[in-house]
Amino acid sequence: MKELILLLLSTIFVNNFVFARFLGTCPYMGVSRKIADSIGMGLAVIFVLLMAAVSSWFIQYFILNPLHIEYLQTIVFILVIAALVQFVEMVIMKTSPALYKALGIYLPLISTNCIILAVAILNIRENYNLIKTVVFTVGAGLGFTLALILMSSIRERLEIADIPKPLEGEPIAFIIAGLIAIAFFGFSGMM
Amino acid sequence: MSSKKLLSEFTPLEMASRKAGFLTGFTKGIIKENPVLGLMLGLCSVLAVSTEVKNAIGMGCAMTFVLLGSNILVSLLRKTIPQKVRIPVFLIVIGSFTTIVDLVMNAYAPAIHKNLGIFIPLIVVNCIIIARAEAFAAKKQILESVIDALGMGFGYTLVLFVIATIREISGNGTFSGVKLFAEFNPVLVMMLPPGAFITIGLLMAVLRAIKK
Repeated sequence: MKELILLLLSTIFVNNFVFARFLGTCPYMGVSRKIADSIGMGLAVIFVLLMAAVSSWFIQYFILNPLHIEYLQTIVFILVIAALVQFVEMVIMKTSPALYKALGIYLPLISTNCIILAVAILNIRENYNLIKTVVFTVGAGLGFTLALILMSSIRERLEIADIPKPLEGEPIAFIIAGLIAIAFFGFSGMM
Repeated sequence: MSSKKLLSEFTPLEMASRKAGFLTGFTKGIIKENPVLGLMLGLCSVLAVSTEVKNAIGMGCAMTFVLLGSNILVSLLRKTIPQKVRIPVFLIVIGSFTTIVDLVMNAYAPAIHKNLGIFIPLIVVNCIIIARAEAFAAKKQILESVIDALGMGFGYTLVLFVIATIREISGNGTFSGVKLFAEFNPVLVMMLPPGAFITIGLLMAVLRAIKK
């Protein structure tokens, strides 16, 4: 149990997916302008991540490994993720229009989010069992959401700040991300 | 394709304009539509592998190969791929070339392969490649697609090279593993993730200031 809690905390803070591993930087820069959008995107990512990671875990250990076609991992995983995102979109649209309205616009963006494929592959590379896979995946999603929320709250303030012209928009966002990443280094002492 | 002419049928003027078209097709990927600094695509790998010049060049080559392969194949198959399933088809094409690069690098450049780690399979979700397949190769002829891929790949590699040079020299005092200074206090933060974010932010700002 202690090991699992440690894994969860280290995935969220010490090895934060955005600030320490550079995964999911594109949507991170694109979406993180408003806090409400960040929360929506974060929830959608956690949801898809969990489904993708668990199903790719089963595919690896029950299809790819027994058939000795591990080298097809990349192709199979990306197709599963793309299909899954489409499927989730359709199911949510039919069953819960309210949820679709909240998450819908983020779903197409997610299939090209490298976090999803990265978590699926990392789970296999680190030889995690199913429970650890779930914990690691939730940690990754929470860490991504935390990064999005932190960034968007700062960017909402930046809108009214007076910054040099060439730095406006993305450049200043990157520099802020760098400063947040320095702050996140404080967490590595925790372990 | 009834309007297609043989190369020998072109007048000299047409040839010249075609050549100029190819040249701008190549250079646009480097400056005007630079995939990383201009279009903000493929940032994850740029940030992650730019700690050493060696890694940066390895990643740039891998990326250019996949771009070239997928652009050629998508351009060749552009009439056969049904519009509705084009994205999954693109993914399979890109995934196949990514797997080739992964296996080849593992066999012939194991050290770089190990350093790049998860970012090699992640080429498949790199937005640059699917964006070029969708926006360019699916509509254009093969020669133009090849030049587009080379230009974009070169633009990507160039940015990676510049960032890696800045980070490696300031953070480690070396260039591609070669020690540059006798006495040097490295700025350690440049080798760590924050250094990557700050370098690319400043680089982007400089580019914008120049463009103005």
